[in-house]
Amino acid sequence: MVNTGDTAWILTSAALVLLMTPGLALFYGGMVRAKSVLNMMMMSFGALALVSVLWVLYGYSFAFGNDVGGGLLGDPTEYLGLKGLMEDVTTDVGGYPVMAFVGFQAVFAIITVALISGAIADRAKFGAWMVFTGVWVTIVYFPIAHWVFDFTITEDDGTVSHVGGWIANNLAAIDFAGGTAVHINAGAAGLALALVLGKRRGFGREAMRPHNLPLVMIGAGLLWFGWFGFNAGSALAANNTAAVVWVNTLVATGAAALGWLLTEKIRDGHSTSLGGASGVVAGLVAITPACSAVSPIGAIILGAIAGVLCALAVGLKYRFGYDDSLDVVGVHLVGGLWGTIAIGFLADPDAPAGVESLFYGGSVDQLWRQVVGAVAVLVVSFVVTYVIGLVIEKTMGFRITEEDEVAGIDQVVHAESGYDFTSLSGGSGSALHQATTAKTVEGSH
Amino acid sequence: MKLVTAIVKPFKLDDVKNALELIGIAGLTVSEVQGFGRQRGHTEVYRGAEYQVDFVPKVRIEVVVSEHDAARVVDAVVESASTGQIGDGKVWVTTIDEIVRVRTGERGADAL
Repeated sequence: MVNTGDTAWILTSAALVLLMTPGLALFYGGMVRAKSVLNMMMMSFGALALVSVLWVLYGYSFAFGNDVGGGLLGDPTEYLGLKGLMEDVTTDVGGYPVMAFVGFQAVFAIITVALISGAIADRAKFGAWMVFTGVWVTIVYFPIAHWVFDFTITEDDGTVSHVGGWIANNLAAIDFAGGTAVHINAGAAGLALALVLGKRRGFGREAMRPHNLPLVMIGAGLLWFGWFGFNAGSALAANNTAAVVWVNTLVATGAAALGWLLTEKIRDGHSTSLGGASGVVAGLVAITPACSAVSPIGAIILGAIAGVLCALAVGLKYRFGYDDSLDVVGVHLVGGLWGTIAIGFLADPDAPAGVESLFYGGSVDQLWRQVVGAVAVLVVSFVVTYVIGLVIEKTMGFRITEEDEVAGIDQVVHAESGYDFTSLSGGSGSALHQATTAKTVEGSH
Repeated sequence: MKLVTAIVKPFKLDDVKNALELIGIAGLTVSEVQGFGRQRGHTEVYRGAEYQVDFVPKVRIEVVVSEHDAARVVDAVVESASTGQIGDGKVWVTTIDEIVRVRTGERGADAL
């Protein structure tokens, strides 16, 4: 029997999570300079296009097929092309159609790749990015999703009908909605790619100001909205856990934004809109793994610390000289690490996950599991991504030329401009522009 | 003939335009420009990284007038554009050799 309430919530959540990727495109797009806004947004839309297809072809099977050994990978052939998943098998999997779960997990894969793009703004060939997207989800994301999200199913009579991944089952680290598989993973991959591609021309010397902060604010708003599907949807049921998670996702995010704004006010003298938007995302990242394990008060503490921590961490790139352009490391890696490890300190036994952490009189048992899970994903993601990036750089080339970078990647790679600044640079109203248009039209006949 | 060029604060544009109309100036050209003088620029902070923004937005007003009108125009601009604060701008006068009205081909004072 299909549980209609649960199924409706999962499908709704999946649509909410899908909206996060266009939201991310706005969040990232507003942060880059006007000459690369389209390329920045296209990296997200490219991930939406390609990963949705790969997920159906073999991605779901890699991640959620029966384990092939050691909890490392799902059986790639079991659900190849989603075979056998159209029939109603709801009695076996807890009340919702498998296809609802397939859809829900697909959008997680998409946003994880899209997150990485922030580290290489303004300078990556679009074709190379698309190749990277396909290779990376295949050999990094799909296996890690198996480790973290694929739970072993034991039937009532004790027989094991499905074997899942090692972090979820053998290690038993808690990662409710993807602090490790999504955020630490994307953050470590972002760092690796930023190192492979190198700094943008003028990094640290020229001003690279966000060209449209209202876009960034809209993007942060859409991310927050979609994140309720990401976290509360991960309950995979319309139940008490989903409700607790929803409230935790609200309040940790608010606390993180306050933490970031306060840090800025004290350090820089001004609370900025970019800081507010960034604080929102930092809080969402940090509460993601912990949202079922902490109380709402614990969520406030976890979020506030995340806001302060990430506001400080975004300065690391200037100290160490890597051009993680839009702070994928400072926000997603640092926020993801904090949220994942904080479970070991802040998990409340009364919360849905029912884990007793250090501050609630528990032992270090859960803490070490969290640390091992976090570090394992960080190291594997960084190393494998670095190798993928290097191979692409040495074969097809990952980076556009310096001349193209100065001219602007939108014009060179996509043959478009994001804006027609009529009043500032003589846009459509000017005689020069009209002459150019006429020539183009003539040429197209 | 003289070209009077004024760089003023953008919000003062309307006042200057009205002042010039009052003394009978028939036309002017306005452009948005950026630059700095003693006011210098300002500092902006993005995710903790400070950027020195050197250029401040200003409006450039250009008026071509006859020799004996130049002083009155300068006075009108200075009076209407002044706030007494740093960054009020500059006005200067240059001599023009020739001027032609495109429609009629009139030259010199007739073209004004």
